[in-house]
Amino acid sequence: MVYFLCLVLMTMGLYCLVAKKNIVKKVLGIVIMDYAVNLYIIVVGYKTGGVAPVVEPGMSEGVLERFVDPLPQALVLTSIVIGLGVLALMVSMCVRLYEKHGTFDMSAISKLRG
Amino acid sequence: MNLVPLFVAIPLGMAFLIPLLGRWWKTSGEVLATGGTALLGIMSIMSIGAPAVVHHMGGWAPPVGIAMVSDGLSVLLLIAINVVGFLAVLFSLKYMKAYTGLPKYYSLFMLMVAGMNGVVLSGDLFNLFVFLEIASIASYALVAFGTDADELEAGFKYLILGSVASVMILFAVGTVYAVTGSLNMADVAREISLRFGREMNPALLLAAAMFMMGFSLKAALVPFHAWLPDAHPSAPAPISAMLSGVVIKSLGVYAMCRVFFHVFGFSPDLPGSLIIANGMIAFSVLSIVVGGLLAIGQWDFKRLLAYSSIGQIGYVTLGLGVGARVLATGGMRSLAALAILGGLFHLINHAAFKSLLFLSSGAIQHATGTRDMKQLGGVREKMPITGATTNLAALSIAGVPPFSGFWSKLVILVATLQAGHYAVGGIAIAMAFVTLAYYVKVQREVIFGGIKSAVEKAREVPAVMYVPLVVLAVVCVGFGLLYPVVGYRILEPARDALLNGAEYIKLVLG
Repeated sequence: MVYFLCLVLMTMGLYCLVAKKNIVKKVLGIVIMDYAVNLYIIVVGYKTGGVAPVVEPGMSEGVLERFVDPLPQALVLTSIVIGLGVLALMVSMCVRLYEKHGTFDMSAISKLRG
Repeated sequence: MNLVPLFVAIPLGMAFLIPLLGRWWKTSGEVLATGGTALLGIMSIMSIGAPAVVHHMGGWAPPVGIAMVSDGLSVLLLIAINVVGFLAVLFSLKYMKAYTGLPKYYSLFMLMVAGMNGVVLSGDLFNLFVFLEIASIASYALVAFGTDADELEAGFKYLILGSVASVMILFAVGTVYAVTGSLNMADVAREISLRFGREMNPALLLAAAMFMMGFSLKAALVPFHAWLPDAHPSAPAPISAMLSGVVIKSLGVYAMCRVFFHVFGFSPDLPGSLIIANGMIAFSVLSIVVGGLLAIGQWDFKRLLAYSSIGQIGYVTLGLGVGARVLATGGMRSLAALAILGGLFHLINHAAFKSLLFLSSGAIQHATGTRDMKQLGGVREKMPITGATTNLAALSIAGVPPFSGFWSKLVILVATLQAGHYAVGGIAIAMAFVTLAYYVKVQREVIFGGIKSAVEKAREVPAVMYVPLVVLAVVCVGFGLLYPVVGYRILEPARDALLNGAEYIKLVLG
């Protein structure tokens, strides 16, 4: 079910990227795609009724079975930070493009062809 | 003495120090970047012929810890990255004087080198993704470094498509983790070969497709090439040389090789591997045709070179793809070895002559102030050294014997025809003549011909700019004539590393 939500988010982001002419909306599309993938990786390590993976003395064997996978959470933390860096660069480029052209419309901006 | 972590640590440290010291010490960027890249270049040349090294980061053994693996294939790419990087920095010393914010430029340059070295040394899928992002973000910023309208637009295009590629690669990494429960490449390869030996796993096939798409976007294979003809000409010349010379190879072609040859593996037992190999060949043929045909009509010198890059990367992946297909269909291993050798040989040759051509275009632009081929002509008489090196590079890339480009293309074509792909081989041969055609155009319009007005006042560039050109020209000729002496010791280990995926698993997991 949640996998389906990831798919919906991914397609939304891709549609936003392809169909919109405003470059800020394109950037938002990239961000939505990024979060779809982050959500997907979190869901991979999820268990229903899981507990945080912290080992304490005197734990029973049954609790160890119910630990969620901690690795995807570490991956997503890294991925969020990377996404933030890319987003900062994208927004700063949008600002510079707006200074040069006075518009956010990609079709008015693009001159490079052929 | 273990040099492997230093390849990443030195440029990362430099990238941190340069802007920090730049406030008080104006030339910190020039000094530290030249010193650092020179050191890295010497270290990479020293690692030729060394046995394969596995370094466990933080003392954790794989599959739990992150391993850095330096085998033959990594060494080949390390040499290309660090030597070209050093020459590009040398060229920058004079060329970049026209720009502002130089400490930032050198800092980003070192970040890019650090990211690429990390990609080629990483033994862990997610770690590969992180280093790939480091190199990518640095290169996005460097493409737009001039902050003119064109440069910003090209940088933005590159950024958007590069981000899509990163999302695809991350998705694939997550899928591989979901299926195999591991991220270490050797461990994943072992899991795949043990658990999915005889059956098709749809999730793995999806991951392979996503990897293919992401790395093809980074390597600019057609139909994922839309950003390259804008991004490479817009960047400053040393950055163009780095982008076309090594970035698309280390982030695209190398990562594709590592993931497909070692992690997924090509063998008759794995039904999915034939699909991957066919995909590689199809994209390669498309790249060769589209890149070659679009290059003919260009009148902007750097844009012509950028389209030519697409075509030549197609030749590289054609060699590798034919080798992969022979392995996947269970053909003769010697034939696969020949095809892979051709692909790798063309990769290192392309790094040499395409960097040389982009640096030459920068030198010509520096001297004459234009890149428009209609306004150029007779460069040879006014700038003898630049003219001679450009001429050598053009002959080499067009495949004129006895230069290096001829031999690598010959090996690829022979292997393709021997593997029975007559149509593909025919197309590749025809497009080799097209390559010759547009480099003859470069020679006629830029190097020879009558002196046009733009070239009247041109003078030879200073020594710090033409030394890198001469070094790369010597490499172009040397690889062609001295292959048994030079190329043999670099290329054979890389070929063997790609051929024997099982050895890699043994090497990392012990």
